[in-house]
Amino acid sequence: MTGAFPLIRLLDKGAVVFLVLLGAFAIAIPVLNLLVPSSSALHVSTYLVALFGKYLCYALLALSIDLIWGYAGILSLGHGAFFALGGYAMGMYLMRQIGTRGVYANPILPDFMVFLNWPELPVYWYGFDYFAYAALMVLLVPGALAFVFGWFAFRSRVTGVYLSIITQALTYALLLGFFRNNFGFGGNNGLTDFKDILGFNVQAETTRNALLVTSCIALAFGFLICRAIVTSKFGKVLVAIRDAESRTRFLGYRVEAYKLFVFTLSACMAGVAGALYVPQVGIINPSEFAPGNSIEAVIWVAVGGRGTLTGAVLGAFVVNYAKTYFTSGILAPYWLFMLGGLFIGTTLLMPRGIIGTYNHWRANRSEKKVAAAPVASPSAAE
Amino acid sequence: MRSFHDRMVALVCALGFVLAAAAMAHADPYEDALAGFTEGSLSDTGDAINKIAASGNPLAAQLLQAAEDARLMFSAAQKKVFIKTQDDKLLDAATGKEFTGPPPDDIDTVIVNNRLRGIIDAVIGSLTLMSPNTSQRFDAAQAVFKSRQASALPALDKALAAERDPRVKKAMNEARAAIVLTDETSGAADKIAAITVIRDRGDQDSLGLLDGLPANLPPNVHAAVRAASAKIQSTLAIWNSVQNAWYGLSLGSVLLLAAIGLAITFGVMGVINMAHGEMVMLGAYTTFVVQDLIRTYNPALFDYSLVIAVPLAFLVAGGAGVVIERTIIRFLYGRPLETLLATWGLSLILQQVVRTIFGPTNKDVGNPSWMSGAFDLGGITITYNRMWIIVFTMVVFVTLLAMLRFTRLGLEMRAVTQNRAMAAAMGIRTARIDALTFGLGSGIAGMAGVALSQIDNVSPNLGQGYIIDSFMVVVFGGVGNLWGTLVGAFTLGIANKFLEPYAGAVLGKIAILIFIILFIQKRPRGMFALKGRAVEA
Repeated sequence: MTGAFPLIRLLDKGAVVFLVLLGAFAIAIPVLNLLVPSSSALHVSTYLVALFGKYLCYALLALSIDLIWGYAGILSLGHGAFFALGGYAMGMYLMRQIGTRGVYANPILPDFMVFLNWPELPVYWYGFDYFAYAALMVLLVPGALAFVFGWFAFRSRVTGVYLSIITQALTYALLLGFFRNNFGFGGNNGLTDFKDILGFNVQAETTRNALLVTSCIALAFGFLICRAIVTSKFGKVLVAIRDAESRTRFLGYRVEAYKLFVFTLSACMAGVAGALYVPQVGIINPSEFAPGNSIEAVIWVAVGGRGTLTGAVLGAFVVNYAKTYFTSGILAPYWLFMLGGLFIGTTLLMPRGIIGTYNHWRANRSEKKVAAAPVASPSAAE
Repeated sequence: MRSFHDRMVALVCALGFVLAAAAMAHADPYEDALAGFTEGSLSDTGDAINKIAASGNPLAAQLLQAAEDARLMFSAAQKKVFIKTQDDKLLDAATGKEFTGPPPDDIDTVIVNNRLRGIIDAVIGSLTLMSPNTSQRFDAAQAVFKSRQASALPALDKALAAERDPRVKKAMNEARAAIVLTDETSGAADKIAAITVIRDRGDQDSLGLLDGLPANLPPNVHAAVRAASAKIQSTLAIWNSVQNAWYGLSLGSVLLLAAIGLAITFGVMGVINMAHGEMVMLGAYTTFVVQDLIRTYNPALFDYSLVIAVPLAFLVAGGAGVVIERTIIRFLYGRPLETLLATWGLSLILQQVVRTIFGPTNKDVGNPSWMSGAFDLGGITITYNRMWIIVFTMVVFVTLLAMLRFTRLGLEMRAVTQNRAMAAAMGIRTARIDALTFGLGSGIAGMAGVALSQIDNVSPNLGQGYIIDSFMVVVFGGVGNLWGTLVGAFTLGIANKFLEPYAGAVLGKIAILIFIILFIQKRPRGMFALKGRAVEA
């Protein structure tokens, strides 16, 4: 029993449904794109493959935000910074892979450095021609920044809106920094014109499908990690911190250590999401650091249902699909009204989000007293 | 050129008396010099310029200006020089009359290079030294100071003797000193006297002049140059600091104006209003509308447009604030993170509303006459708009402080801040106070928008640029304390401006943000934190 019990706890019905759906998605999309002829009604265009791949990365970012906001009560308005840092690490690898195929055909220096008359490759670009090193940096750079930032912030008990504001300041500072040409990351234009990833052409259909499947695997893996955390005793302490931080501290838990761990882990997840995002959209530039992006990611979580994990993924898909749909047509001028309305409507009318509301409704209907998933209570936010 | 002249003289002798008058005209130094322009070589052109300047002919200034603007033409075949006017008419340079008839086939522009342009500037300067217009004489003296052409010395001495205006006289003396100093033939005593004059001028140009002197000067002159240079540098450094402090005060007042409303909503009510920047924007657009109406109906009132706009902006933004509080924010009390998200959504909507009504482009908001221009105070330049904004900020701040301290509404606001439950028990209608407080904070943001419309682009994104800075000010200064906001705004403003010369504007800003991030770790509730039970409430 002891062997099977954690697994059952880890994979409740909702989690299984989610993983099965994700697996079906990972298989169906490449099949429909590569094997079904383009004349068929069932064919999925390569544009859609790239679009869904992008959504999957957003979903992983939303998951990382849900882990800290939904379960530990840390509202980070700067998670886009970790996402973008992961993206830049991957972008640097992709830049180095261009080699002599750039406009200036310099085997060492990326085009923008040749353009700006850089004599040699800066030290912090060393090693990015190796994928393994870049992959390590994808985890390490956001993780290290989150660790240092969290170390200071949580130890001095910066909480609630103060934390939100300084995380926003953090991403704003990075935005300003990355806009500078002499920072060595391509300035305003960022990194783009990628050719290869691991020897495969990033534009090729097969590569795009492979990236989509990789994103699905990363999302599933991230989901399992989050589930493992929130269903463990560690997760219960996190919820206790969210609902009554002082009380948890007085009970003898080292609140800052718990928060620091989960914050750093979440930043690493966001970094991975960014790293998968960059080869699929083909560009990374400083606008990814814009504070607005980070806040938008938070609203995905709120729409889907804070503190439900699956809700974060659902929210990322729903909001981004709506964004794609509305910003491309004649309704484009009204998208910001809708997005703004979504922010207000969700917080005022549906604070539990889609999944949370559904769980609540089902729990009421079956009159079970067991609280299935830890549902975010509106008053918990501190 | 010389041979041409000789041949001309010979021809005159041959033709006898009849043509003597024409020959006299050719012997005139002005017309003589004109021939130099027809040679097409830079050195001949240079000689010609100096001769033209020395000729004293009333056409000289016009001709030289034309040469500098590449409007001076010549024909090598006809040995004629033409001035092309701004409206493309050809004047005969010798007579100044319009040249009728077809232009010569080989007409070409007289080429001047940068060296010649320098000479032209200098000689034009010396030509206008005797101008009856004071400011023209002053500019001429400045031009001579910059060019330091030794050839201008006689003209300068003549002008100096006749000069009555003390300001122009000083400028001429400085110009004279600059020439003496750079002229190798002048004596050591003259040079040391000149150094004193230059030192007393004490600006960046003087420093450049002293530093640019050759190293092979006599030892005593060299020492004087070094001493004067050091003196100027220290004076300049002080004025530079004063100027930076002034810029910092100006930036600080802008920050204070933007943040002060936030300090009220955040401090008194604990509400994070991400749409605060949009209240500023509403104020700026109110100014635009007011100016637009005035332009259409009564342009004479334009100078009063800001005075009219300030109360209107307060009402518009304040009214919007009350509506927002009643419809959204009051349902979210006690849930600050949700408030933050909802008000962010609101800011998106407000931006889009303004974009839909007024369009996405920048709107042109004008400066009334009393807001434009600048004046010099010692070694710094003060622009009127910045000065009035500082004054306005101070007036708003003091008024607000007095309002909180001495009025019934202020008393009730403070009561609600300190202990909401107790205030309610004493019969204060806290919900009404909440709405009015939020309206007050928003209204002040609207007034800030009027001021910001004078120095920033009025666009739907106006507020976005200030929101993060405003939050930084409030968090840095300490929540719920207006004095903290004041000190925070000016500290950040001045620190920003002092960092800029060393780190650049962007890095300076990053440094400030990092500083605040670290500062919050040390003092999580800001510089002037509330103490006691209110902290955890």
